[in-house]
Amino acid sequence: MVAFIIRRFIQSLFVMFVVALVSFAMFQFIGDPVNQMVGIETSLAERAALRERLGLNDPIYVQFWHYIVNAVSGDFGLSYQHKRPVADMLLERLPATLELSLVSALFSLIVGIPMGVYTGLNRDGFLAKLFLTISLIGISLPTFLIGILLIFVFSVMMANAPPIPVFDLFTIYPSALQLPSFGRGTTVDIGSWRTGLLTTDGLKALIMPSITLGLFQLTLIMRLVRSEMLEVLRTDYIKFARARGLANRAINFGHALKNTLVPVITITGLQVGSIIAFAIITETVFQWPGMGQMFLLAVQNVDIPIMAAYLMLIAFFFVVINLIVDMLYYVVDPRLRVDAGKVSGHG
Amino acid sequence: MADARMPTPAPGSVAVPTARPGLADGVHRFFDSDVWFSFKRSPITIGAAAVTLLYFVMAVFGPWIAPHDPFDLAKLDLLDSLIPPAWMADGEARFPLGTDDQGRDLLSAIIYGSRVSLVIGFASVLLSMVIGIGLGLISGFVGGAIDAFIMRMAEIQLSFPAILVALLINGVIIGYFKTHPEWQVDQVTLAYVVLVLSIGLSNWVQYARTVRGSTLVERNKEYVQAAHVIGIHPAMIMWRHILPNVMGPVLVIATIQLALAVITEATLSFLGVGVPPTEPSLGTLIRVGNDYLFSGEWWVTIFPGAALAILVLAVNLLGDWLRDALNPKLR
Repeated sequence: MVAFIIRRFIQSLFVMFVVALVSFAMFQFIGDPVNQMVGIETSLAERAALRERLGLNDPIYVQFWHYIVNAVSGDFGLSYQHKRPVADMLLERLPATLELSLVSALFSLIVGIPMGVYTGLNRDGFLAKLFLTISLIGISLPTFLIGILLIFVFSVMMANAPPIPVFDLFTIYPSALQLPSFGRGTTVDIGSWRTGLLTTDGLKALIMPSITLGLFQLTLIMRLVRSEMLEVLRTDYIKFARARGLANRAINFGHALKNTLVPVITITGLQVGSIIAFAIITETVFQWPGMGQMFLLAVQNVDIPIMAAYLMLIAFFFVVINLIVDMLYYVVDPRLRVDAGKVSGHG
Repeated sequence: MADARMPTPAPGSVAVPTARPGLADGVHRFFDSDVWFSFKRSPITIGAAAVTLLYFVMAVFGPWIAPHDPFDLAKLDLLDSLIPPAWMADGEARFPLGTDDQGRDLLSAIIYGSRVSLVIGFASVLLSMVIGIGLGLISGFVGGAIDAFIMRMAEIQLSFPAILVALLINGVIIGYFKTHPEWQVDQVTLAYVVLVLSIGLSNWVQYARTVRGSTLVERNKEYVQAAHVIGIHPAMIMWRHILPNVMGPVLVIATIQLALAVITEATLSFLGVGVPPTEPSLGTLIRVGNDYLFSGEWWVTIFPGAALAILVLAVNLLGDWLRDALNPKLR
C-alpha cells in the first residue's frame, strides 16, 4: 500500500507541475505584465527598473522556477485589477465556495444514493421510471437554467402567489415558502472563516444554490448506484444470501449496497473537483460571493494572476481529493488489502 | 431486388462495371439496416429526430421563417419593449412570444439565436473532432513516447471540467487580442472565434481516447500490414485505411458533444464571456432576460431557456439512441 501511495503521490506532483506550467504560460500570452501594472505616465526608465525588479529579464526557466517557489509558499502575485495579493483574495472567498460545494455534495449523496437503491430494486416500478426520466431531463438542463427556474418558482412566483385556503381549515401562504435568491444571508466570522452555516438565514440562502449545484451530481450518482445495484443483485453471493433466508433489508443494504460503494466513492471524488468548478456558474446565478464569481470577473477583465492561481488551486484540490479517494479504497474494499499484500513484491 | 440496384446502362453504351456503390444503393442499404429498424421502433427517438430537424430547418432558413429581423437595430422600436406573449392581456398578435427589453420579437430572436448556437456548436464540434481524431490516430499509430505524452496531457485536461478549461482559454484569447491590436476584428466575429476555439479545444480528449483505442486494434490487422508492405506512406495509411474504420464511435461522440457544445456556448454567453447582446445566441437571450425575472417579465428568459432545454434534450436523446443502435453488444 505504501508503494502505491508513493506512486500516486509522484503522479500528483507531475500533474501539479504541468498545471503550473500551463498557468505560467498564460502570462506569456498577454504580453508585457509591466504594462498591466503601471500607468501611462510612468517613464521608460521606471518601467525598466520595475522589469528588472520583477525578474522579467531573467531567462524563462528561471522565471518559471521563481513562479513555482512563490506558488508553493502561497504567493501568487498581485491582481492586475485590484492591486492586492491574489492569495488573500482567494482565501477571503474560499469559505463561501467550500461551504456551498460541501453542502451540495452532501445533498447529492444523501438524496442520490437512496434514489439509486430504490430504482435498482424496483426497476420496473412507476416511480423508478419517473425518477429516470426526470434525471434525463436534469442532465439536459444547463446548470444556470436550473438556477433561474428555481429562482423563478421559489422567489418570484411564491412571493406573488395569493394565499391558498384549504377547506376552511387552514391557509397555505406560499410567500412563507419564499427563499432568498441572492447572496449568503447572515454570516458569522469564526477566526478568518466566514460561515453561513450557523444562522437560519444563512442556511436558507444555501438551499437553492446547493440544489442547483448538486442536481447534476445527484442524477449521476443515482444512475451509477442503480446500475451497480442491478449488477450486484445478479451475483451468486446475493443468491446465496437469499438462500440462507436473510431478510431483504440485510441483503439489500448489508450485502448489495456495500458492494456498490467503491465506484460511488470514485465518482464522488472525481466530481468534487467539478462541483467546485461548476460553482462558477451557480455563484454567478445566485450572486454568491465565492471564488468562482471572482474567477469569472478575472476572465472578463483578463486578470491573469487570479486565473492562474485559481487554476492551480482547483488542481491542488483535485489532486488531494484523488489521493484521499485512493486511500479510501483500502478502507472500503478488504480485497485490495489482501491483494496488495500478495503482490507487494511487484508493486 | 438485384436488378433494381444495378444501374441500367443506356442503350448503345458499353456497360462498365461500377467500382463504387451508387447513392441509390446506399440509401437502399440504409433503409434495410438495423439502425433504421431500431429507429422505427422507438417513438421517443423519432420525436427527438423531428425536433432536431425542426431546429436545423429553423437555423438554415431562419431569415425566411422569422417574422422580424431581430439583428436589424434600425427596425427595433423601444415602444415595443417588454410586450407580453400574444395570449396574455397586453399581448399583441405581431409578437407571438412577446418582446424583450430592446423591443425585439422574442420568437424571431429565438430562431436567430438557435442559429447562432447551432453554428457555434457545429464549428466547435468539428474543431475538437479534427484535433481529437488527429491526435488519437497519431497516438495509437505511432505509439511510444508520443503516445504516452499525448495521453498524459489528455488525462490531465480531462480532470478539469470542460467549462473551466473553456473559460480559461476564453480569457487567454481575449487577453491576447486585447494586447495585440494588429489583429483587426470586430466584436461579434471575435466572440464567435473565441467561443469556437475555447469550446473546441476543451473537448478534444473524448475523441482522442476513443480513436486511439480503435487505432490500436486496427493497427495490427492484416490490411494495415499489407499497406505497410507495399510501401504506402504511414500518413497515407492513417488517412486512407485506418481513419474510415475508426469513424463509427466518433459519430456517436460527436452527436452527444453537439449537445454539450450548445450547453457550453449558452453557459459562456450567460456568464457574459460569449456572444454579445447585439446578435444574441440563446445563452445571451437568457442572460438579458434574467434581469427582468423579478420585475414580472418572465417570458424574456423562460422562452429562450425552454428553447435551449428542448434542443439539448432532443440532441441528447438522439445521441443516446445512436450509441445503443451502433453498439452490437446491446442488441
